[in-house]
Amino acid sequence: MPADLRARLGRWETLTVFLLVAAIIYGATSSADFLTGGNFNSLTSNVVEVALIALPMTFIIIAGEIDLSVASILGLTSALLGYLWNHNWPMEAILPVVLLAGALAGAFNGLLVTKVGLPSLAVTIGTLALYRGLAFVILGDQAVADFPERYTDLGFGTFAGTDIPNPIVLFAVLAVIFGFVLHRTAIGRSVFAIGANEEAAFFSGLRVKRIKLWLFVVSGLISALAGIVYTFRFASARADNGAGLELSVVAVVLLAGVSIFGGKGKMWAVVVAVFLLGTIRNALTLNDVSDEVLTIVTGSLLLLSVLGPSFAARLPRRRVASLPTTTGGT
Amino acid sequence: MSTDAPAVPVAPVLEERGARGVVELIFRVRELGLLVALALLVGGTYLAEPRYLSAQNLRDIGLNVALVALLAVGQTVVVISRNIDLSMGSVLGFTAFATGSLFADHPGIAIPLVIAISVAIGAGFGAINGALVSFGRVPSLVVTLGTLYIIRGADFAWASGRQINAADMPDKFLELGSNSIAGIPVLTLIAFAVMLVAGFYLRSYRSGRELYAIGSNPDAAVLAGIRVGRRVFGAFVISGALAGLAGALYAARFGTIDAAAGTGQELAVVSAVVVGGVAIFGGSGTVYGAALGALLLACISSSLAVLRVNGFWEQAIIGALLLAAITIDRLLALRVTHLLQRRSARRAG
Repeated sequence: MPADLRARLGRWETLTVFLLVAAIIYGATSSADFLTGGNFNSLTSNVVEVALIALPMTFIIIAGEIDLSVASILGLTSALLGYLWNHNWPMEAILPVVLLAGALAGAFNGLLVTKVGLPSLAVTIGTLALYRGLAFVILGDQAVADFPERYTDLGFGTFAGTDIPNPIVLFAVLAVIFGFVLHRTAIGRSVFAIGANEEAAFFSGLRVKRIKLWLFVVSGLISALAGIVYTFRFASARADNGAGLELSVVAVVLLAGVSIFGGKGKMWAVVVAVFLLGTIRNALTLNDVSDEVLTIVTGSLLLLSVLGPSFAARLPRRRVASLPTTTGGT
Repeated sequence: MSTDAPAVPVAPVLEERGARGVVELIFRVRELGLLVALALLVGGTYLAEPRYLSAQNLRDIGLNVALVALLAVGQTVVVISRNIDLSMGSVLGFTAFATGSLFADHPGIAIPLVIAISVAIGAGFGAINGALVSFGRVPSLVVTLGTLYIIRGADFAWASGRQINAADMPDKFLELGSNSIAGIPVLTLIAFAVMLVAGFYLRSYRSGRELYAIGSNPDAAVLAGIRVGRRVFGAFVISGALAGLAGALYAARFGTIDAAAGTGQELAVVSAVVVGGVAIFGGSGTVYGAALGALLLACISSSLAVLRVNGFWEQAIIGALLLAAITIDRLLALRVTHLLQRRSARRAG
């Protein structure tokens, strides 16, 4: 069964690659501007926050949990950054404080989930409101925009004379690290084990609660990083920065075939899914197709990504059941 | 021990009744707790600012709570069965726009017909969600996240920047959103009636009880012969239909509708439901609790406005309240299990 399972999973993930190739071909044939460096820059820039947060979200969903507060942490840290800058803090001091604040926000989520034993869905809907609310308490409805170019350049500058935006370089480095940890280390295997069967993981000696707590801390930390990137990219710190982004992040991770029940998923597929959505959005925009079509495409892909495997899972099982020799399996 | 033997058949029954009494009490306390919180909030605000209980302000609270309460009742039916419906805000937006454009494009169309169409559209969306969840065997969180996007996208594509104004709709319909009967807004009465019907259904009908059974333990429900797929499908149709009704009433209440109506409502509704004591993983909770949760949230925002607390605090307070509610629930549940364990241990000894 596991081999069969793996093959089935592989099918959806391979499909996302084909879809990405198809989207690129569509973009390249329908618009002369698609295959330009400038367009590559805007395509990748537009997805960078979702891409960053999708990395820890993949871990959390594979572990069988969810974090809906990520976009609010992004907003909270953006507001904090603006507030401290307004109070004449040096940027060298602001950035660590902001990252720490994000990690603390994540730790609060994690403690409620692990120590109090609350479902993460309910907890993070609560902190979604709480953190966004705190962002407004800190900064109100004002925007802080007087950041020196030295810093905003980190957001919308490009890397070493290429057309690659700086934040995407950051993402690439983190994606390799996150992918390595998930698929090549004991920590990653533990996360899969917890998602597949939490009780079994606990009884085989894994420190389930501690690992989960750290997943939420990292999620908060990366959300804060995304908050900094967002603030510098738009050169604007506002309390409502990134509102609603949490659903895009979850959508991207699920689109990549990561199981919402935990225990299954591939980091590279998440990276592909991020760029799949980015490419579709970009190609449609270049062709003056309205934004709502993109919304419909996103939703449909999301449904397909779960319906496809669900139906595929049922077909072979029937065939297997008709064979008299099979006794084991699902 | 041997001398107690004759009493054995009687004692466990008594013990069990005692234990059940404790559980029932705790759950009643859950809704009582909400009422106490509500009373403290209302009383405190009234002492600080008597205008809080003016007829006008009470009417505003009633109007504000009505739509959220309607959605919360629908969401409760779904959540009790261990599912979630994130598409409610999008369904509300779509049906609100449908209501407005029916009036705008067909002047003189009968008002009940329009409301019925809106409810039917909502029920149709609910049926799609339900079919995908129960027959496609796909988790509801993913399905309704997908339909959240699709329905909102369809709404925007259909509206294409158009806005429906009060002038496009008949006065009789708009009065539905502003009139009162005996001082109580019509919208509030509608929401109240829906809540009572849904509460009665969940408590006293077999299919209503089966939803609780499914939410408590889906596998056991299947083994008990409950048609889980059909029941869950029905729950989604109910929540879709109520979102459709809320959409029509949204049009009547606000008069101005664009494609963004009701954006983000789904999380507000889930908050109300969870604050109202409905367990997010199903099996327990009532629509009365959910409606009380919606009322509490509406009263909080009104209190903040009346007390001139910076409105920026509202969201933070709602979030903190939600966390407090689920934490208290959890601690109470632990106490109950502890108590029951001790009782059964004593019985065994």
